[in-house]
Amino acid sequence: MAGDKEMAAAYWQANLRLIAGCLVVWALASYGFGILLRPMLSGISVGGTDLGFWFAQQGSILTFIALIFFYAWRMNQLDNKFGVHEE
Amino acid sequence: MSQFAINLIFVGASFALYIGIAIWARAGSTRDFYVAGGGVHPVLNGMATAADWMSAASFISMAGLIAAGGYANSTFLMGWTGGYVLLAMLLAPYLRKFGKFTVPDFIGDRFYSSSARLVAVACLIIASVTYVIGQMTGAGVAFSRFLEVDSSTGLMIAAVVVFLYAVLGGMKGITYTQVAQYVVLIIAYTIPAVFISLQLTGNPIPALGLFSEHTESGMPLLAKLDLVVRDLGFTDYTADVSNKLNMVLFTLSLMIGTAGLPHVIIRFFTVPKVADARWSAGWALVFIALLYLTAPAVASMARLNLLTTIYPAGPTAESIDYEHRPNWIQTWEQTGLIKFEDKNGDGRIQMYKESPAFEATAEARGWKGNELTVNNDILVLANPEIANLPGWVIGLIAAGGLAAALSTAAGLLLAISSAVSHDLIKGSINPAISEKNELLAARISMAVAIVVATYLGMNPPGFAAQVVALAFGIAAASIFPALMMGIFSKRVNNKGVICGMLAGLISTLVYIFMYLGWFFIPGTNSFANTPDNWIMGISPLSFGAVGAVINFAVAFAVSMVTEEPPEGIQELVESVRYPRGAGTAVDH
Repeated sequence: MAGDKEMAAAYWQANLRLIAGCLVVWALASYGFGILLRPMLSGISVGGTDLGFWFAQQGSILTFIALIFFYAWRMNQLDNKFGVHEE
Repeated sequence: MSQFAINLIFVGASFALYIGIAIWARAGSTRDFYVAGGGVHPVLNGMATAADWMSAASFISMAGLIAAGGYANSTFLMGWTGGYVLLAMLLAPYLRKFGKFTVPDFIGDRFYSSSARLVAVACLIIASVTYVIGQMTGAGVAFSRFLEVDSSTGLMIAAVVVFLYAVLGGMKGITYTQVAQYVVLIIAYTIPAVFISLQLTGNPIPALGLFSEHTESGMPLLAKLDLVVRDLGFTDYTADVSNKLNMVLFTLSLMIGTAGLPHVIIRFFTVPKVADARWSAGWALVFIALLYLTAPAVASMARLNLLTTIYPAGPTAESIDYEHRPNWIQTWEQTGLIKFEDKNGDGRIQMYKESPAFEATAEARGWKGNELTVNNDILVLANPEIANLPGWVIGLIAAGGLAAALSTAAGLLLAISSAVSHDLIKGSINPAISEKNELLAARISMAVAIVVATYLGMNPPGFAAQVVALAFGIAAASIFPALMMGIFSKRVNNKGVICGMLAGLISTLVYIFMYLGWFFIPGTNSFANTPDNWIMGISPLSFGAVGAVINFAVAFAVSMVTEEPPEGIQELVESVRYPRGAGTAVDH
């Protein structure tokens, strides 16, 4: 039973680390490249405008999709590794 | 065949489809009614979530907003999609594991308090009712423009259709209708966009066309657009904004608000497993992105098309004669959404931005003010006409706009009726109610909610536009933090969460009322609603994110100085964190 508890705690820690990592990318794509860092990226041109504009209107959305699927895939691995998956 | 007949066929056929689905997917139990039996495939649920989420605002208004604001209004694109990342990682899987029927259910159980449950019910009802008004008025506009009935009659028809499938089928009927509505709305949105992208850039994919070459001028499309709007005194389409703090907070409020809206959250209660809830959030965003990646293309292309229509020989040459204006301007003038006033009496239409910097140019050209006012909302609806597309595309747009409004309305009505029958009646007033009577209560509260929504749609309060902002503010400042703390902290207790929710809610309301009028009564605002008056440049619409921070801070502070939650509650928190056993948890 103690082993179960430790496994469960380790699973939760792994989940929290994964969420933290994903949210850093989430913030970087939208608030970073899309808004705050746009002036810094203005030298990189994309189809008549700059990279920041692309991130604000399309890049951030594509990043969000990739993030959710990556998270769901990694969590399935973690569920199995720590034995908390559903039958 | 007349345009009216074509519209009637498209709208009629789509309605017949929804009613057919309603008859096929009747609800037999409360579990069917609240969570569609809990057996919806994650991809189908993703599609239903996309229709549930994309409202009249996404379908009709968003492209118009981006067209008018350019880069500055990218906030809507990021804000209304980024919330799904939060849902997938911070809320949906754990609430699915918890395995009950409503959002207040979780708040009431986790914080072992019927007061917390009631605060959550109140927040849910305010947020959802304000939201549903917008959907009903949107449906009214679509009806009155495309079916030539007055908007009250249109609303009645819409209400009867929603009544049939929502009251009969509950979540089960709504789910499968939303899947059909998604298909209708995405086809309706994409087809005109493809045509317009082909006309302007030769690229059949609008999302790529946005960053391609404008065929006629040989310049990149966005560079061409910048050039045209600059010649007419407008800010560059791609111009950066100076108030970055407000832009960040507004985007964050929309994201947190999206993740905290109950009608979106309950969609994730319908999938069989916890892992499915995660996948389903990804699929939902894929289906949403099909529209959201096209919307910015529609926005810039429609803006360019509109200005080219008015200045056929370029913005520095003469504009068109009012007498020779295209048909679509005449049709939309009748709805009052396009207005023309010949201020300098030259019989031509001048559209430009009045500003001190542009005054000299305007005077030199003999202009006495901007003469054409175009409502943002018509851009998507008028798009097929602006681009001279065939009549069946217009019929498709009519059916698509109605699909977007009705699917969201149905989801909201379900969230409201389940809060009333499950949380208020079963949870507080009469816990001993039988399954059969609870189902009846759910149907009756749904019927009442439809009548109230229809009434409010016919007599929209003057502040309809502001209250949608209120819905996001409330969801962001009250519901989202409470749910998140319930999952990620074992220490936050009943007192903490109640104080937190109230602090978040009240601070947000006060900040909005200060600028938009106390209780939205015009003229009672404490300060003029202009950027110079906003505290640190934070607009009232962006305050939800600040309210959420206040909620978190107060909840933690109060919890720290009061007792720990009981043992059983800490075990409950523990159990929602692990997927194993989700299948059995729903039987209660």
